[in-house]
Amino acid sequence: MTDILMPFDEVLAAYDPALGLEVHVELNTASKMFCGCPAVFGGEPNAGVCPTCLGLPGAMPVVNGKAVESAIRIGLALNCDIAEWCRFARKNYFYPDMPKNFQTSQYDEPICFDGWMDVDIQNEAGETETFRVEIERAHMEEDTGKSLHVGGSTGRIHGADYSLVDYNRAGIPLIEIVTRPIVGAGEKAPEVAKAYVAQLRELIVALGVSEARMDQGNLRADVNLSLAPKGSGVLGTRTETKNVNSFRSVERAVRYEMQRHAAILSGGGSILQETRHWHEDTGITTSGREKSDAEDYRYFPEPDLVPVAPSREWVEELRGTLPENPTVRRSRLQAEWGFTDMEMRDTVGAGALGLVEETIAQGAAPQAARKWWLGELARRSNEDGVDLVDLPITPADVARIQALVDDKTVNDKLARQVFEGVLAGEGTPDEVVEKRGLAVVSDDGALGAAVDNAIAANPDVADKIRDGKVAAAGALIGAVMKEMRGQADAGRVRELILEKLT
Amino acid sequence: MPEISRDEVAHLATLARIDLSDAELDHLAPQLSVILESVASINGVAGDDVPPTSHAIPLTNVFREDVVVPSLTPEEALSGAPAVEDQRFSVPRILGEEA
Repeated sequence: MTDILMPFDEVLAAYDPALGLEVHVELNTASKMFCGCPAVFGGEPNAGVCPTCLGLPGAMPVVNGKAVESAIRIGLALNCDIAEWCRFARKNYFYPDMPKNFQTSQYDEPICFDGWMDVDIQNEAGETETFRVEIERAHMEEDTGKSLHVGGSTGRIHGADYSLVDYNRAGIPLIEIVTRPIVGAGEKAPEVAKAYVAQLRELIVALGVSEARMDQGNLRADVNLSLAPKGSGVLGTRTETKNVNSFRSVERAVRYEMQRHAAILSGGGSILQETRHWHEDTGITTSGREKSDAEDYRYFPEPDLVPVAPSREWVEELRGTLPENPTVRRSRLQAEWGFTDMEMRDTVGAGALGLVEETIAQGAAPQAARKWWLGELARRSNEDGVDLVDLPITPADVARIQALVDDKTVNDKLARQVFEGVLAGEGTPDEVVEKRGLAVVSDDGALGAAVDNAIAANPDVADKIRDGKVAAAGALIGAVMKEMRGQADAGRVRELILEKLT
Repeated sequence: MPEISRDEVAHLATLARIDLSDAELDHLAPQLSVILESVASINGVAGDDVPPTSHAIPLTNVFREDVVVPSLTPEEALSGAPAVEDQRFSVPRILGEEA
């Protein structure tokens, strides 16, 4: 079934959008939230589980102190208050992804609450505007297991014959960060949503508390959206689009739901409060389960875990470990790197700030780091429809490729092929150079032969150079490069030509 | 006086995935009311100055070091499972719900 959509401009003429974002961050602790199993997803199925995370009778959970520390640091970075005393709660539901039949979470006593984050977006004039997103809460919980649905045609649950569950992920610490309804963003709602998730990720990375890779599910966003008649000041019925797993998809999902809601409302219909599923490939949402009695989670305080009461001394100590404020950081980096305002804006806008910073930290010059991430790699990210950060290449790889350019192992043109190889999974930059035979030929013997051939094939050009018209050498360099299939350093070729003819 | 209706018991049974017959509902609803009533007698003992509590002893901040300890082997982990496939727990298909 295809949804009817209202053109975006018409949506804005009639309705005010309200957004809400729930972001789950998987912490990078060594062990799980309540047991000593490794907090590593993937690998051999059910090899990282124990009686506690399998929910076996009599198992006793104990809170991972490092996870509490990470939760507090996230809360502080989001300008939250930190609870003086809070408890865990059981969220009861029957679904095989949690073998305990409940998820240990927090209910009405989150460890972090009442915060905010200033999100930078660009207006039509290309200037930076700040939009404040209020944070309602950030609470601690645990991740669920991973189900594989077997049978049926689609691989999804509907039509599946049975499911196979791997509990390695069950119990990995999660922090769920929930915004208050974001109103007043109007036409910028999709952009604000994207910028919030992107800048939240930047903050999480700066805190060093998570790998924060959206493509790996370390950071997952749920998008709540509702529309209200323009100027009414009320909140409409919302839908919750689950597991939107890239920045660009966050933006697209908000836009899509705005257009879908508007078409229904303007036709006299009403919005069903429900979960929606995001389809990355087609860019649409489809109906999931309806919110109903089945969502009565019967929360109650977890009796097997004692309350968490962070001392004010500890909280202040953790405040001292926070990374610098993102705005201050951007100004500092711009000064350090010598970027123009426009270069800096493009870098931030592309979500490449952290990537460029890491690439520079790995030894690349600032302009070179910027050039690759905003050039070759931005092009690939657009073509493939993935965020820059999710491309299968690391800042260390980029720095290494630039080093290969700097030491003249490859030239710029060959470097592009190295990028292609790394992105295609052919290995490290050095392996790609080796496997594809990309290194420029610095052997003067081979080069000299190519130069001789070029001179012999272009006697009139050679005569011009002998007569002092050095500029004519370009034609010979081109011929040599062609014969060398681009694998030569043009500067060295030029030297050899001039040595032979002058 | 706390009282639990037959409808409430039916609702809770649904949430807990317990299939109760009409006869069982008729039988259990009054029993649960009696249990709630008995537990509620604690209210009569606790004074207004005693706040509700969820834990018997006033202990906080019991934390574990973030250290990995050996897990079960997959064989041990799956040894109690009624059905196993591909080293995973095999469970009946889930109807009408999606993660």
